[in-house]
Amino acid sequence: MTFFFYLAAAIAIAATLLVITGRNPVHALLNLVVSLLAVAGMFFMLGAPFAGALEIIVYAGAIMVLFVFVVMMLNLGTATTDQERRWLTPKTWFAPAVLAGLLLAGLLDVLLGGPLHAAGLAEIDARQVGVHLFGPYLLAVELGSMLLLAALVAAYHLGRHD
Amino acid sequence: MLDTVVNWFAAHPQFTAALIASVKAIVILLVTVVVAAWMIWLERRLLGLWQDRYGPNRIGPFGLGQVIADMVKIFFKEDWLPPFVDKFTFILAPGLAMGLMLLMFALVPVTPTWGVADFNVGVLLFLAIAGLEVYAVMLGGWSSNSKYALLGGLRVTAQTVSYEVFMGIALMGIVMLAGSFNLRDIVVAQAEHGWYIVPQFFGFCTFVLAAIAVVHRTPFDLPEAESELAAGFHTEYSGMKFGMFFVGEYVGIVLVSAITVALFFGGWSGPGVDSHPWLAFPWFAIKCLVFMSSFILLRASLPRPRYDQMMAAGWKVCLPLSLINLLGTAAVVVARSHGA
Repeated sequence: MTFFFYLAAAIAIAATLLVITGRNPVHALLNLVVSLLAVAGMFFMLGAPFAGALEIIVYAGAIMVLFVFVVMMLNLGTATTDQERRWLTPKTWFAPAVLAGLLLAGLLDVLLGGPLHAAGLAEIDARQVGVHLFGPYLLAVELGSMLLLAALVAAYHLGRHD
Repeated sequence: MLDTVVNWFAAHPQFTAALIASVKAIVILLVTVVVAAWMIWLERRLLGLWQDRYGPNRIGPFGLGQVIADMVKIFFKEDWLPPFVDKFTFILAPGLAMGLMLLMFALVPVTPTWGVADFNVGVLLFLAIAGLEVYAVMLGGWSSNSKYALLGGLRVTAQTVSYEVFMGIALMGIVMLAGSFNLRDIVVAQAEHGWYIVPQFFGFCTFVLAAIAVVHRTPFDLPEAESELAAGFHTEYSGMKFGMFFVGEYVGIVLVSAITVALFFGGWSGPGVDSHPWLAFPWFAIKCLVFMSSFILLRASLPRPRYDQMMAAGWKVCLPLSLINLLGTAAVVVARSHGA
């Protein structure tokens, strides 16, 4: 199980790197889908099948589909691929890469220095997630649903035909 | 010699169990593909019957060999890759179309002892893989780099995303009644409390509509409407790659029938199963066959709606209906648990 966990983690990192360096927008989005699927696999291995299934349904199956849909509808062609190539010069990515590297170093320092927490000892099923969401976290769920409703109304208003 | 082999398997029970499970999985996979291929024959014969003509009846008894002849033909066709396509995704798409459909079969509980996997979140995984299925047609439409294919791809994406929304909601009523996401538990619960088609009739209606739209069968086959879009998302496909899209659609019909039977019609349960366990598979197969045939009857009897009518029906009728069904079921479940 540990082997498959690290395999999924390696796939997630490699796919995410390909998202950043990829020049074709649709291929980059597909790499992002692979990365999300790998993360979902890690959730399954950590004993959170409900979170893993939701990761696939919501992120890979709905949000990324909409991303690919929009890119498809724009049908950008080869011009954007050339543009991406020009943008991906060392001058552009060097400074952000250094800053992100510093963040990574800080994160690694915290993770390696502190006590390690064991994960995946118990399987968290859908029932427990529901009990927690509608118990201690009820207020957050209600606030989140109000935020989504506001977004829905706004999207409806923007999409009206007059 | 035989004794040593038997003893070795007896001494390694885990390995033996894994081997038996793999063999069962492979048998289920092969049976699914073969049934899906012969669905083509069934569809053409039944359409012929309902349209007062013969259908394919030349090769073999009742024309059963037609499928083999078609397969041989399609295997020997030139597998042409148009020069303007995006090669990687163009090749990936038909494989995804068929592979993901077959993957979903891992979740179907066939009989009490047969079935590939037994997930606690089975219903959710079904929805998840159905959600990924849209990439196949989407990428097929995009990578073809042609107008008809792109329009077909856009249509199929919008249609699938819209109908998936309430497909999940339609199934949640069943999950509440059975108290489990596990398809096997749902089948067992139906053997005790009766088929869920009765308490979940509206859930059944919306789920079947959504399922037809997600496998884009007639009457919801607007992504490949030949009068407007040539062949839609698979216009540029030929040879075996087209064959995979084609068979993938029939695998989809078999799969949706099997899932509907498991969720709403008691799966393998039926009269006499308790005393004669071997009756489980015949009951499951007969129920599936009824649904597969009714898919064909739908194609034979209904015209295509207009695209905007179809989308409006999804969002304005089916989504509210499934939400009301969800609320009503929840109310009944809560009232019952307080009464008891």
